[in-house]
Amino acid sequence: MFDNSVTTREDIRDRGLRTEEMVLNMGPQHPSTHGVLRLELVLEGEIIRKVIPHIGYLHRCFEKHAENESYTQVIPYTDRMDYLASMNNNHGYALGIERLMGIEVPERVEYIRVIMAELQRIASHLVAIGTYGMDIGAFTPFLYCFRDREHILDIFEKTCGARLLYNYIWIGGVSHDVYPEFVKDVAEVVKILRPTIKELNDLLNYNKIFIDRTANVGVLPADVAINYGCTGPMLRGSGVNFDLRRDDPYSIYDRFEWEVRIGKGEAGTVGDCWDRHMVRVWEMEESCNIIEQALESFPEGDVHAAIPRRVRPPKGEIYVRVENPRGELGYYIISDGTGTPFRIKARAPGFSNLSVINEISQGHMVADIVAILGSIDIVLGEIDR
Amino acid sequence: MGLLDKKFENSNIIITSLEGVMNWARLCSLWQMSFGLACCAIEMMAASASHFDIMRFGVIPRPSPRQCDVMIVAGTVTLKMASRIRRLYEQMAEPRYVLSMGSCSNCGGPYWNYGYHVLKGVDRVIPVDVYIPGCPPRPEALLEGLMKLQEKVRSESLVEEKAA
Amino acid sequence: MALEPKEIYEKLQAAFPDISVEFDEAVPCIIVEPMKWKTVALFLRDADDLKFDSLMCLSGVDNGDGNLVSVCHLDSLAHRHKLTVKCVVPADDPKVESVEQVWRTADWHEREAYDLIGIEYVGHRDLRRILMPYDWTGHPLCKDYEVPEFYNGIKVPY
Ligand code: SF4
Repeated sequence: MFDNSVTTREDIRDRGLRTEEMVLNMGPQHPSTHGVLRLELVLEGEIIRKVIPHIGYLHRCFEKHAENESYTQVIPYTDRMDYLASMNNNHGYALGIERLMGIEVPERVEYIRVIMAELQRIASHLVAIGTYGMDIGAFTPFLYCFRDREHILDIFEKTCGARLLYNYIWIGGVSHDVYPEFVKDVAEVVKILRPTIKELNDLLNYNKIFIDRTANVGVLPADVAINYGCTGPMLRGSGVNFDLRRDDPYSIYDRFEWEVRIGKGEAGTVGDCWDRHMVRVWEMEESCNIIEQALESFPEGDVHAAIPRRVRPPKGEIYVRVENPRGELGYYIISDGTGTPFRIKARAPGFSNLSVINEISQGHMVADIVAILGSIDIVLGEIDR
Repeated sequence: MGLLDKKFENSNIIITSLEGVMNWARLCSLWQMSFGLACCAIEMMAASASHFDIMRFGVIPRPSPRQCDVMIVAGTVTLKMASRIRRLYEQMAEPRYVLSMGSCSNCGGPYWNYGYHVLKGVDRVIPVDVYIPGCPPRPEALLEGLMKLQEKVRSESLVEEKAA
Repeated sequence: MALEPKEIYEKLQAAFPDISVEFDEAVPCIIVEPMKWKTVALFLRDADDLKFDSLMCLSGVDNGDGNLVSVCHLDSLAHRHKLTVKCVVPADDPKVESVEQVWRTADWHEREAYDLIGIEYVGHRDLRRILMPYDWTGHPLCKDYEVPEFYNGIKVPY
């Protein structure tokens, strides 16, 4: 793997030179930490010996708010946790409360939710891919990705009025029914997206320079990934065939034909940055497949039929998890029978994914830390909550 | 500069005040410190990407505070971050401006009541020139705020104002 | 082969006769003695028919009645079964054995529970605050927490 035999400390000391470890601070304001993350790098020359992440610069007290607001008022705060995947966050939360209260939602709502969640997944991956390119030094893919993301945001905007934080998926339903041309619009967007993925492949993913920067870098073995609780593209990039949409099915994902794509180490080792990156690219294709199938059998119905007039789950607790673009988003909800949650703990995928960074970046160069961090695809909003 | 070419044939002279030229130059190249904190940063990124193209206003994101004229505080400022913001602001060269983007940095936004770790308004630590409301503000709103800032720069005087 | 929580509970009882393990029908979950939790955790992870290889979530809960709870949600990728384990400790002496070396996920999650709730994880190698600043006082998610007026000269309330 990585050859750093020439520059170990002992070698240099043998030649009679004085060596010293250097501690380099990266962040919290750094263009490639994707937000306000601070990394303390312990370096030996240019080689990373240890990475100590410091988080909490965006701790916005989600759990405290959840204890003080009513069940419906918590939904906007879930939006703001992982702000690139608001729909998925809403979905998980609504699902948890519905299971606690035993609500069956109408068919149409399920379909809308799945379509929205998958569109959101594509939008989120587009940002991840675009910014990853930018981290590594390719600016053009960023512009391409944001251009295509706008198409998806237009659909969201037409449906619920917001571009980024939607408060769309409610407990028992969705806030608005979709607009009349929804099916046509989504089908068109999927048609636009498919060639884009190919374009991205040509432009970025199979580019020699890009592969050189990412292949064999930050290799995460499967057992380490599981032990650290990595989920989503991180886990699948390491070759573990696990996706909550298939293995712990929720909503109506079990009705569609699609594939769980995993990293195979095409460019280098299984579980390197390139694999993680490519899993995201492939997942966009699979999401397109799911959306197309959902559009084919899009049912009619009343989206407000099952919305409860008062949300008061019975005493009890539940742990519910959904597959977010970044991995397993879990909500641990405790209800004491009143109108406000007793305790909500959000298990953010990025939180566990980031904790592995020390393990996978040791022995690499300083410049690689940017590639590794980008491939984890963190969103500080959910890590710090 | 096709526009000007046709107006002047050989003698390219414009007469204006020094102040006018200086301010014009400054307001057309407001370099921005890329300082994304939270959700609003995504809208800031969207504003600098293809659809909204903030660069046509001369706003170029720079990673270092030393090279910047305007700091766009986009997102929630927490207590842990507050001292860093102050430090970064102090590192910027004068004249410097601050654009506060989003309810969070204006006043705490959705976290105003129970947010024990949220700074209720970035103006508690640094002075703010333009506030942009919204949660998140649309990219158009950011552009509007930027134009407001440009107006402010245009009306500034190079001479220190005398006390009346 | 997937097991029900009840069956897992019976297995645990048989394996550890001298550790107090209880079963709560309502959730359902297993309640383990806090200072013996790591032994049980190792068994849960390594026994062939259990194989709980992943810790989904570890949360601290302030019950509001003088007890703190550390809740673990376990998952087995191999057998596809899940389990909830709780350790209940009194708030004036909140000590739970750390499982950070069993599942590395627990590392940051335990730090978070320590930070926000105040549960002390005995045996954790790096038990620092994680989300709040290092010089913060108090554990904000406790039910009786009061927000300070000032932090480092900055006014906190609105
Ligand atoms: S104002 Fe709204 S969108 Fe902006 S950072 Fe705050 S919560 Fe996020």
